[in-house]
Amino acid sequence: MFQTTEMEINLGPQHPSTHGVLRVLLKVDGERILESKPVIGYLHRGCEKLGETRPMPQVVVYTDRMDYVAAFAGNLTYIEAVERLIGLEAPPRAKYMRVVLAELQRIASHLLWLGTHALDIGAMSVFLYCFREREMILDLFEGYCGARLTLNAVRIGGQLNDFPDGWVDEARRFLNAFPKQVEEYETLLSQNRIWIERTRGVGVISAEEAIDWGLSGPPLRGSGVAWDIRKSNPYAAYADLSFDVPVGENGDTYDRYLVRMEEMRQARRLALEALDKMPGGDVRAKVPKRLKPPAGAEVYHATESPRGEMGVYLKSDGSETAYRCRFRSPSFVNLQALPALVKGHLIADIVTLIGSIDIVLGCVDR
Amino acid sequence: MTDTLVNWGLIPFLKIALLLNVILGVVAYLTLLERKVIAFMQVRLGPRRVGPHGLLQPIADVLKLMIKEDIVPAKSDHLIFALAPAITLAPAIIAFAVIPFSGTPAPLTLFGHTWSITPWVTDINVALLYLLAVSSIGVFGIVLGGWASNSKYPLLGALRSAAQMVSYEVPLGLSVVGVLILAGTASLTGIVQAQERAGIWFFGPQIVGLFLYFVAGVAETNRAPFDLAEAETELVAGFHTEYTGMKFAVFFLAEYMNMIVVAAIVTTLFFGGWLPITFGLGWVIPALPGILSLQFLGPWGMFFAGIFWFSLKCFFVLFMYLWLRATYPRYRYDQLMRIGWKVLIPLALGNVVVTAIALTVYRSLKG
Repeated sequence: MFQTTEMEINLGPQHPSTHGVLRVLLKVDGERILESKPVIGYLHRGCEKLGETRPMPQVVVYTDRMDYVAAFAGNLTYIEAVERLIGLEAPPRAKYMRVVLAELQRIASHLLWLGTHALDIGAMSVFLYCFREREMILDLFEGYCGARLTLNAVRIGGQLNDFPDGWVDEARRFLNAFPKQVEEYETLLSQNRIWIERTRGVGVISAEEAIDWGLSGPPLRGSGVAWDIRKSNPYAAYADLSFDVPVGENGDTYDRYLVRMEEMRQARRLALEALDKMPGGDVRAKVPKRLKPPAGAEVYHATESPRGEMGVYLKSDGSETAYRCRFRSPSFVNLQALPALVKGHLIADIVTLIGSIDIVLGCVDR
Repeated sequence: MTDTLVNWGLIPFLKIALLLNVILGVVAYLTLLERKVIAFMQVRLGPRRVGPHGLLQPIADVLKLMIKEDIVPAKSDHLIFALAPAITLAPAIIAFAVIPFSGTPAPLTLFGHTWSITPWVTDINVALLYLLAVSSIGVFGIVLGGWASNSKYPLLGALRSAAQMVSYEVPLGLSVVGVLILAGTASLTGIVQAQERAGIWFFGPQIVGLFLYFVAGVAETNRAPFDLAEAETELVAGFHTEYTGMKFAVFFLAEYMNMIVVAAIVTTLFFGGWLPITFGLGWVIPALPGILSLQFLGPWGMFFAGIFWFSLKCFFVLFMYLWLRATYPRYRYDQLMRIGWKVLIPLALGNVVVTAIALTVYRSLKG
């Protein structure tokens, strides 16, 4: 007479906590998730194809709009790939400036992640505190290049221009005050019983699984694999700077949280050190009017974006337009772990896990 | 004959009408208070557009909700869909009937007659049981509303809410037993008078009871950190996802009224209801409670002083609610159930036993 049936729930593409237009088809038994299937592509704009039909300097703006939360990371990866393709090197000052901006961008991106992640789990105040600090970073960006979100500040062969007067002092002031703010977030979360219960043991990824899935960035380091492209394949000026790579132990949501919190501190340290060591000189090398990469040349360049390994593959046919342009987006690769992670968890956990992987749909769909 | 009609008909009717309007006003401004308090905790300013410092915001909200289109999902159960908000709201309103807002009846002379105006609608000797009974009806509206919407997220929200409210009913009921033992009466005025006689409010001897009642009360009213039934980031809007306009407003109203009811009960049972706050100085200066409750102004002075102290204490309890919401993340469904059954209920049972033993020992020692 009575029977139970599984219910299918459509989570998204318009849902308060899918961080964009992710759609997940859930099969649930009561509150328990039996099966989940992420459906992507709602924000597909064909960035890769556009990268094959436009001259390389024009493609930079598309990289802004992929990972729009960390636009600078996309810019940097693409530009450095192009520089390697045409055999050009940015002046040392530009390289240090790139580090400063990239690390500020990492802090901004992690702040947005922390805020939304905490909001998903129900802690509202952290969200607004994070946005307060993120706003300061966006103001710094605005002061440097006029844009707040889609920076487009890197140029082939260097930077758009030097830091304006007083900018470095402002940046220092922010960075010096920042550790206190991180502590403030941690007082609200790190020792909070509810936060610990909601995150510890949720979505455990072992180190082997993480490597098999090709995860990168904090999800990989949260599982205890100390792999950071800034250390393993240094780019920009990272080889000259010192920083630690935080790793987790259990590979659960709580460890990924701790890793990102520590990464914010390390990013601050890097940015300050880069500001201190910054050499003088030009910020832009001599760049030919028309880029002429050698025909048949190919390059894969990867950087450590806030979300993981952001890679660009370019193949040239000798013209100004790349013959093949491929973006390896960390969000897309990391997202594939979701179905395995949420299996057996409750509905409340899926929003925790989507937040914990930290995806940006612009980056997933490209 | 006329006296009976006035005493049992007109005066209660007017009192109910007045109370209802006051409570609706309080609810409206409680929403503003919530938005302002949480905004200040989150380094924002909160509503500021409508009126000075956003003081007219609640009125704008009500107007907006009233002129909104009333959407009823085509495949829903139309009758139950419309009935559910009313079922949720009614118990929240009638709970106010037994709450004593002040302690002293005041005489009102009109047309040559003197009527005694009590600061409560009715004072029944099973008031506490009545409150527990009434507050448990509210869940039906939520379950029916979620079910009648014929939609998945509301259904999940309603099921969560049903499990949650049924589970937390038990510690809620058990946590007040200690107060009943101490006061020896279930009448709310009687409980406050017992606290006056004892010279100590029951939050002292019943600190565990207070904690249990407040936690269970927060869970019972579906507020953060137990707001699973309407967990915005998980279930979109929970059981009222499909509700719009005034039907939604009624659910909203019921939630805030329930908050006020819990605050009023906490005040009455644990914080001495209408008694003035003396910070323990009543022991040193015996006249202080009398002065603070405006005894020198006669019954009307005491009438309004009681209401003032009662409201002040209610306000602090409500502030706790808002504070919690700004601070804590949300519990998960299974954790909530575990806390309810494995932590709160054993604690409540222990509290009952300890209170009973302690009181017996105390009385036998006292002779």
